[in-house]
Amino acid sequence: MIAEGLNRRPQFVQVAWSSIEASAERGDFDVGMSGVEDRPALRARRAVTLPYFEFREVLAVRPEDRARVRRLADLQGRKVATLGSTMAYDLLLDAQREWGVVPVSYDDDVHPYSDLIAGRVDAVLLDHVIAERALRRTPGFVIQPEPVAIGHYVGVLAKNNAALRDSVNEILRARMRDGSLEKTFRAWSVWDDSQAKHFERVLSEAPPPGGVKDTRESGVSSITAYLPSLLRAAGVTALLSILSMAIAVSVGLGVAAGRVYGGRLVRAVLAISVEVIRGTPVLLQLFVIYYGLSGVVRLPAFAAAVIGLGLNYAAYESEIYRAALEAINRAQIEAARTLGLSEVQIFRLVRGPQALRLALAPMTNDFVALLKDSSLVSVITVVELTKQTAIYATNTGSWIVPGILCAAIYLAFSLPLSRFARRLERKWSTA
Amino acid sequence: MSTALTITGLEIRRGSRQILNGVNLDVSPGEICGLFGASGAGKSTILRAVAALEPFTAGRIDFGDFSLQPGPVPKESRLHALRKRVGMVFQAHSLFEHLNALDNVTLAPVHAHGISRTRAGGDARALLNSLGVAHRADAYPRELSGGEVQRVAIARALAPGPMILLMDEPTSALDPARRGALGETLRDLAGQGRALLIATHDMEFARAYTDRQIILADGRVTAI
Repeated sequence: MIAEGLNRRPQFVQVAWSSIEASAERGDFDVGMSGVEDRPALRARRAVTLPYFEFREVLAVRPEDRARVRRLADLQGRKVATLGSTMAYDLLLDAQREWGVVPVSYDDDVHPYSDLIAGRVDAVLLDHVIAERALRRTPGFVIQPEPVAIGHYVGVLAKNNAALRDSVNEILRARMRDGSLEKTFRAWSVWDDSQAKHFERVLSEAPPPGGVKDTRESGVSSITAYLPSLLRAAGVTALLSILSMAIAVSVGLGVAAGRVYGGRLVRAVLAISVEVIRGTPVLLQLFVIYYGLSGVVRLPAFAAAVIGLGLNYAAYESEIYRAALEAINRAQIEAARTLGLSEVQIFRLVRGPQALRLALAPMTNDFVALLKDSSLVSVITVVELTKQTAIYATNTGSWIVPGILCAAIYLAFSLPLSRFARRLERKWSTA
Repeated sequence: MSTALTITGLEIRRGSRQILNGVNLDVSPGEICGLFGASGAGKSTILRAVAALEPFTAGRIDFGDFSLQPGPVPKESRLHALRKRVGMVFQAHSLFEHLNALDNVTLAPVHAHGISRTRAGGDARALLNSLGVAHRADAYPRELSGGEVQRVAIARALAPGPMILLMDEPTSALDPARRGALGETLRDLAGQGRALLIATHDMEFARAYTDRQIILADGRVTAI
């Protein structure tokens, strides 16, 4: 409709929702649209069209909670799902401070509702168009009629593209007047009374109602606002990495011992498992553990993340330990045998300790890699350092300050570890 | 006088290769027996079979009140008597690299033979002292010279109190002066009633310090 008004041929460019603004500024396309939320900060940074649609942030709850959970204030200490870096997510962060609501951030708008039905979260706060579409797809929850907030969708263009923005606005106004935009909205079943009122206001140039208070800042001044949440997320990353590594080391040791000492069947089963885990993406493994197994065992997101990363890295650790165990000189083991030590004692007192020395440096390197790979778990709703940085960057419209802070925190973890690994390598290589 | 060790008709075949072809030999308490031959003649293999590290195809290895039979090497849990009776000094790289000299010597007494750490430590120091390396008790294998490594290895093999001591090429890492010192040590050990079986290709050493030289060729004893 807009392209037609501009006498241009529309071309669809697919980008991640949270990247629409940055992609428009880069020039990947002229107009970015798809539920881009109107915010003062966005208007300050980019060329933004007039609001073409009014949406309501609505709460979805399980049917049995219909009477009890009507507002965010009713959800003290409960988990509420939404999409990351949205107005709804900000509302939940406010609700967290005010009423102790626990926000859970998703990357897509399907899993929040399936997790609501499954009982993993207690409510979903999202735009009413998303909620209604989800309800048509998967019944089993109810949408509370009272909106939590009102917002508007806009198109976003690069800052220096204001002329094109003005043409787009003209077209939108014309289509609002002649009813063709209403027809389109009706065709998609998203037309209601509030849109009619909204169109009236837009055409009379009155300021739209509602909107959320926008406390977002950009640039260096945003550091004080976002640093605490970045540091908390860094804590999540550290805890996640340490727990995953603990699993990786213990399972890896067991697998390595099985592959070195076990019978043929044990060795074959372990070898195949290791190859399957090493040969498939950890992202896939996380999805399978969190969503795929949810019919059998409903793991909390953090536990699923620890188990997924832990098992994935266990495959790599087991190979390190196996190589280290096999690198121990046969004379060492035979000498221990002639001295009367049992196989278990030889493993515990001679072979294990020596193999550990060989394994320590590669293990440390793996831990650094794990620290960085832990950013993958945001796909199963765990908000760790990289995810928090992305939220920060989307909100402030720039990756520069968030990127530098995030990199600094990762380096603060990994540089000392890498140094430690290099020192170990030097120490044992002279041994 | 009864023998400490009797090997009868020992045969070892690996695939189509006949490594030992009916070896007979015995060693008496207090005797140093030199097993001499070119490399590949099967000297080390005999020692490894006696130490129950290598299975053999036919024959019998007798230690008086117990013996080893052809077939797979028995499980370690059934070799207690042998492990206490037979000590072995390997050719190289056998000292535990992550332990110092003293801990190398005390490891087996403490963990395999249930001797208290204090007593094992005292015994180990006495052993290291008798071999002239007490001052190196705290040193790690990588810090020891070739001669010191060997003396610590002998101390470690002696710690469980074996009456039979097997040594594989003990002179290979030693200069001539050290060879003499080693020979004297071996005489002392035999003097205490131990039976020593020593594989070597150093004929000069064998003539000077062993009571009997057995010459091995093509998997058989060709001369005594």
